[in-house]
Amino acid sequence: MRKEGLARWIVIFLVLAAIVVPLGSWWLSRAQGTQIEMHARMPENGGWSIDTIQAKVGQPIQLRLTSDDVVHGFAIGKSDMESWVSIFPGEYVETTLIFEHPGKYTFYCTRWCGPNHWRMHGDIIVTGEGDPIPSDPLPLFLQYNIDIDAPHYAENIPGSPPSAERGARFSNRLPDYAIDMQTYLLTSPADLWLKLRSEPSLSDLSDMDLWDVVRWIWDRQNSSRTQSLGVKLFMALASAAHGESGRGDGVMVRGLPVMDHSRMGSGLVRPPDFTDPHVLLGASPALLEGKIIRGGMGTGMPSWGSILSRDQIHSIISYLYTIAWESIK
Amino acid sequence: MTTRLDLTRSPRTLALLRSRWAQFLLRAITLAGFIFTILAGLIGSVVGSHNFAIIFVWIAWWTALKLAFIPFGGRSWCSICPIPMPGEWLQNGGILQPRGRAGIGLGKRWPKSLRGTWMQAGGFLLIGLFGALTLTSAKITAIVLLFILVLALVLSLVFERRSFCNYLCPIGGFTGLYAQAGPVELRVKDADICAAHSEKTCYTACPWGQYPLALKSSANCGLCMECLRVCPSDNIAVNLRPWGSDLGPKTKHRLDEAFLGLVMLASALVDSAVFLGPWGQLKSAAYNIGSPDWFLFAGVFLVIALGVLPGLYTASAWLADHLGSARASLRKSLAYYSQVLVPLGLIAWIAFTISFAIVKFGYVLPVVTDPLGWGWNLIGLSKSAWVGETTSFSLILQVALLMVGLFWSSRVARRISDTIRQAAPLIAFSAFITLAMLWLLVG
Repeated sequence: MRKEGLARWIVIFLVLAAIVVPLGSWWLSRAQGTQIEMHARMPENGGWSIDTIQAKVGQPIQLRLTSDDVVHGFAIGKSDMESWVSIFPGEYVETTLIFEHPGKYTFYCTRWCGPNHWRMHGDIIVTGEGDPIPSDPLPLFLQYNIDIDAPHYAENIPGSPPSAERGARFSNRLPDYAIDMQTYLLTSPADLWLKLRSEPSLSDLSDMDLWDVVRWIWDRQNSSRTQSLGVKLFMALASAAHGESGRGDGVMVRGLPVMDHSRMGSGLVRPPDFTDPHVLLGASPALLEGKIIRGGMGTGMPSWGSILSRDQIHSIISYLYTIAWESIK
Repeated sequence: MTTRLDLTRSPRTLALLRSRWAQFLLRAITLAGFIFTILAGLIGSVVGSHNFAIIFVWIAWWTALKLAFIPFGGRSWCSICPIPMPGEWLQNGGILQPRGRAGIGLGKRWPKSLRGTWMQAGGFLLIGLFGALTLTSAKITAIVLLFILVLALVLSLVFERRSFCNYLCPIGGFTGLYAQAGPVELRVKDADICAAHSEKTCYTACPWGQYPLALKSSANCGLCMECLRVCPSDNIAVNLRPWGSDLGPKTKHRLDEAFLGLVMLASALVDSAVFLGPWGQLKSAAYNIGSPDWFLFAGVFLVIALGVLPGLYTASAWLADHLGSARASLRKSLAYYSQVLVPLGLIAWIAFTISFAIVKFGYVLPVVTDPLGWGWNLIGLSKSAWVGETTSFSLILQVALLMVGLFWSSRVARRISDTIRQAAPLIAFSAFITLAMLWLLVG
């Protein structure tokens, strides 16, 4: 009978260990709680497990992030891409946040995790002393009262690929307004081409020469750093809808009707084809900026105003024009 | 007769088998592991690949059962399975006690109408119908395991012996069916000694309700060694034997074995299609339980398991019977020829298992170091799982195995038929199943 008693104790001990070890450590990890554990889930599965994070100016908060379903990403609105965090299912990743200014920040998912991906965002409320978060300037479309929903199809496009190098040869003959930043921001390439075409001083230049000039003007506004940032942001944030090549055939929009200005707001649509030069050469940077900041109301395009900094938006715009220029055959 | 190697001839092995301690310790560990698995499933990570419950039940254990326990030990898993342990503690009034002492429980006999492996086959069908969810959700896996543990406990308080294992456990059905092909058997050494022994202490002690003298097949013997421990004449042998020894013209087979064999075959085919096939729609249909697509999937599955395969098998058995010399009733023929389904099904399951085991086995170590998926690192491993690739080696292995299965089942068909003509329809049936598996696994 002593053996029987020993056997019983062994069973009880092992079973208790099997229960106490996981439950105990679960309780301990809850009780310590120095970190904020946040689970990322597709919006259909509940979205972020925490909607609002409270923080104090200058006090670091440690986030422990994991995903319960697919690959997600975590970023603070308007932050550099280098600080973005990828969250893989079932794995934990830690990040420390520290805020200098009191105010409301947005956090969001950086990966197209599903059709409702753009709903995956939440707020970080930072309280304490300090200057408020510097605000962005008023979007150009509001400053200059531009209707960003109007059709902007370019009538004229170059017949062959324009070259900034060739365009540079005529730079000393251009009127002042042509190389003004303001002109670049508020004019579409096609409109600027028309305007230059009507300049008597440039009447000896061919149509193609003038397109080369316009390309040169566009390129000089954008450094190569801007360009490469634009590509990265476009691929990370936009390609799921606009397609990697900008054709408007991203995985998230397949099967949707093509965008049509006459029926805007009537449901989710596929974005226009950026490799058709008529689409983007008829749009000014201000118009594109407005569309990105505000989002396409009712089309399914999210509003990026609180998520991307103005610099990030303009680097994407510069990349968009590259797509248009390089699609001209 | 064929050769046997009696393990009890070695005094050390005999001592190991006679002592209850070795087996008890293994079962105590598996019981603790079972309970830990349930808890891990309930409170651990919802991501299956990071939860001990999913990886240990459906990758490690399920693979080990099909690649090691059954092919090399018959029902050896049953001998260390923890599920009947709590119930038997109560039934026998102790853990190290043989059956027959005063314990708790009504000790009723299992109803006659519910005997056989019918309900085990039904349970296996249910696993298949809800498999896509059970196999991927740690919570559901945990709930199923908990339900099984409680059900086995409750049944052991109402009925005698291991009623759950004998009549309900789907894995018991699976293991029992294929243990007939396994290389281990428990038999009496000298039948005369048993005949002269009137007390039948072995039958009284057997939790499975078997009488060792009458054992002709290993299907219903759980290798618990209780008979060996109580036999006063040391007349129980544990033999290593050639594979497939229970399959032949002299062994008896029942109709429910044919049904079980067909359900297992259908499950191997459907699981291969759902988990390994390239059909995304099929996967999502199997996963979205309750949706119209799922009902369609369930309908097709049931038609294959209960209609198409039994129909084809019945046709081959009928044809075999008509091509043979002696006629038997269709019912008897269906039962008799069911032996062909044993090697066919076993090898189909092994081939199916190899296709995912090589790829998924890399998940096992990471869940040992982080069983609940909470980001622990208990044994200090590098973080991410090594995920294997389907290599040409595993493809060749699967093709070779399926060929072995076809050869083996054809040989069984030939052995239980008088002429090659009689065996031909059964061989054709085996070839059809093998081709289907080849298409699904290797494509």
